[in-house]
Amino acid sequence: MQSFDFNYQQFAEVFARLGKKFRLFGPKRVPGRGRFSDTDLITYADLQNPEDLETAEKSYLSPKSIVFPPDETTFYFTADQFTEPELSDNRETIVFLRPCDINGIERLDRIFLENGKVKDPYYQRRREKLHFFMIECRESFENCFCVAMNANRTDNFATAIRFAPEKVSVMIQNESFLEAFAEVGKKSDFVPEFVKKDSKAVNLPDVEDMPADIFSDSLWDEYDSRCIACGRCNTSCVTCSCFSTVDIFYPDSRNCGERRRVWDGCHLDGFTDMAGGHSFRKDKGDRMRFKTFHKIYDFRKRFSEDMCVGCGRCDDVCPEYISFSSCINKLSDRLSGGKKDEE
Amino acid sequence: MKNNPYRPVAARILKITRETAIEFTLRVEAQADITPGQFFQVSLPRTGEAPISVSSFTRDWIEFTIRAVGKLTNVLHQLKEGDTIFIRGPYGTGFPLEKYKDRNLIIVAGGSGLAPVRPLIQKALDGSIGVKSLRLIAGFKNSEGILFSHQFEDWADKCDFTLTIDKPEPGWTGNTGMVTEHIRKLSDIDFADTEVVVVGPGVMMKFSTAEFVLLGVAEEKIWVSFERLMSCGIGKCGHCKIDYTYVCLDGPVLNYTHASTLID
Ligand SMILES: Cc1cc2nc3c(=O)[nH]c(=O)nc-3n(C[C@H](O)[C@H](O)[C@H](O)COP(=O)(O)OP(=O)(O)OC[C@H]3O[C@@H](n4cnc5c(N)ncnc54)[C@H](O)[C@@H]3O)c2cc1C
Ligand code: SF4
Ligand code: SF4
Ligand code: FES
Repeated sequence: MQSFDFNYQQFAEVFARLGKKFRLFGPKRVPGRGRFSDTDLITYADLQNPEDLETAEKSYLSPKSIVFPPDETTFYFTADQFTEPELSDNRETIVFLRPCDINGIERLDRIFLENGKVKDPYYQRRREKLHFFMIECRESFENCFCVAMNANRTDNFATAIRFAPEKVSVMIQNESFLEAFAEVGKKSDFVPEFVKKDSKAVNLPDVEDMPADIFSDSLWDEYDSRCIACGRCNTSCVTCSCFSTVDIFYPDSRNCGERRRVWDGCHLDGFTDMAGGHSFRKDKGDRMRFKTFHKIYDFRKRFSEDMCVGCGRCDDVCPEYISFSSCINKLSDRLSGGKKDEE
Repeated sequence: MKNNPYRPVAARILKITRETAIEFTLRVEAQADITPGQFFQVSLPRTGEAPISVSSFTRDWIEFTIRAVGKLTNVLHQLKEGDTIFIRGPYGTGFPLEKYKDRNLIIVAGGSGLAPVRPLIQKALDGSIGVKSLRLIAGFKNSEGILFSHQFEDWADKCDFTLTIDKPEPGWTGNTGMVTEHIRKLSDIDFADTEVVVVGPGVMMKFSTAEFVLLGVAEEKIWVSFERLMSCGIGKCGHCKIDYTYVCLDGPVLNYTHASTLID
């Protein structure tokens, strides 16, 4: 483990050098495309220049698309022939991301690489190429609660980077990156720090098994009318992993087509529709309950850790200003017998 | 790509049996190590993929009994013998046959729920499970919906078989009434030594299992099979999840003590 300091020009040199060999993926500012007019959208994208890398603000979307694209072809069809697509970009990939998102990708690993003891090869081939360059996070952003979710820390990174106003400090854990940094940088004793306190206090429910009556508690009712089932909370979430499979044929040649998988989400209509017009969780409140329990309760029963990493993006993106963290707090209050009649 | 679990294999249709106006059985040439109750992901390139239960199998072929209700199943409905479908599986947890050995087995099937239990019935009747006795109650909404009627004579010969339709119909001389009514009529059950399987539409399973619990059957001796929307069959897509349970992995066959705790 070694650390180095750089001025921004030196860091740009290293960035350029890495860019020759690696695909670079990270948070990027897109001016004027934000949620409100005149605001910028911070999204995850391929990075060409060091200035592309947004180091100060939290990203609106998560980095999950690098391992789990929103729309991915799983097979090309020619008549009865099934062909798997090659990856369009075969380079090893450096992802710049914060500790919560590293934890988030580990949660995706649980589903795609472990659940059912089968590895998802489409996920795996992308995942194997990733090298985490952790952007140090010392202060929590608005809506973040990674400390409560125990996802504020990680040691799963190749390098950890602090972007200070005057300099960039890098700690290198993966020796294969040492050369690229050591040639330019000045030795330092930088060690990354982690967020210690959430901007928003979140209390997790302290129960082994959810009592059956909490499933139909009136606490969920407000979401029936508030949630509009837009699914943004699912798409922005680094740990939401659900998808649907669709087949298509090309209009000019019915003999050729594709099988694709596309992001799906438990807040969206149709997520549970079955033959005979049967579906579950028609009420949005039930969907909110289903998501909440998955994120902070039942995932843990399978994988011994919570799914949610407290990135707070679901709160950031909800057009109806629904706060997931407030929902967790309401649930905890309810379970501990308090605040039954207010709201 | 090595070991791609999503890549199906081609299976040639050997035989097609029309069961009802919208239900049919495809026998395809395929070999697999199957437990009754398991399912396959059946697909046609460019059309789609869906989970379909195994409704019968031997070493040389597998049968699927399919109801034409949508994109894929409507196209499957038009196929001819010699055509090819694509399958991957078997998936899911089937019936725990070892638990039924030396036991009296009661199977109650409602409508198309008879398809996933048919391999279980066949194995109970051919002696390979080693059940002490088999009682079978099969209920259908009306006579037009009856599946596998060509096997009824054989089943009636070999086990205590009750076939019923919900309401009387002109020309129908057999039993009528919901399966629950016939469950209620079951007498001389040796509760200590009996396992019960109930498969059918959700409401039917709810009331039938309740009926057995009332009769005094222990909950851990009751087995059901769930159906949920599925996109992958292997625990990835998330559609079939209820609480911590993935129906495609932990089910579709579930013990009642487990199934009764699940809230969608
Ligand atoms: C474990 C398991 C085992 C199963 N076993 C069997 C089996 O053995 N046999 C069997 O037949 N099915 C079985 N099913 C159900 C089967 O998988 C579904 O019926 C599947 O959706 C059929 O796929 P499809 O592409 O034909 O329908 P889809 O096109 O996907 O239809 C999906 C939904 O859309 C609805 N729909 C379709 N077209 C229309 C329309 N025009 N208007 C309104 N609604 C419409 C359907 O009712 C259905 O709810 C099983 C399911 C599971 C989970
Ligand atoms: S549920 Fe919300 S806070 Fe938790 S990981 Fe997903 S987007 Fe982040
Ligand atoms: S983002 Fe908000 S409104 Fe949209 S589905 Fe999620 S909770 Fe509902
Ligand atoms: S069918 Fe995809 S997770 Fe069960």
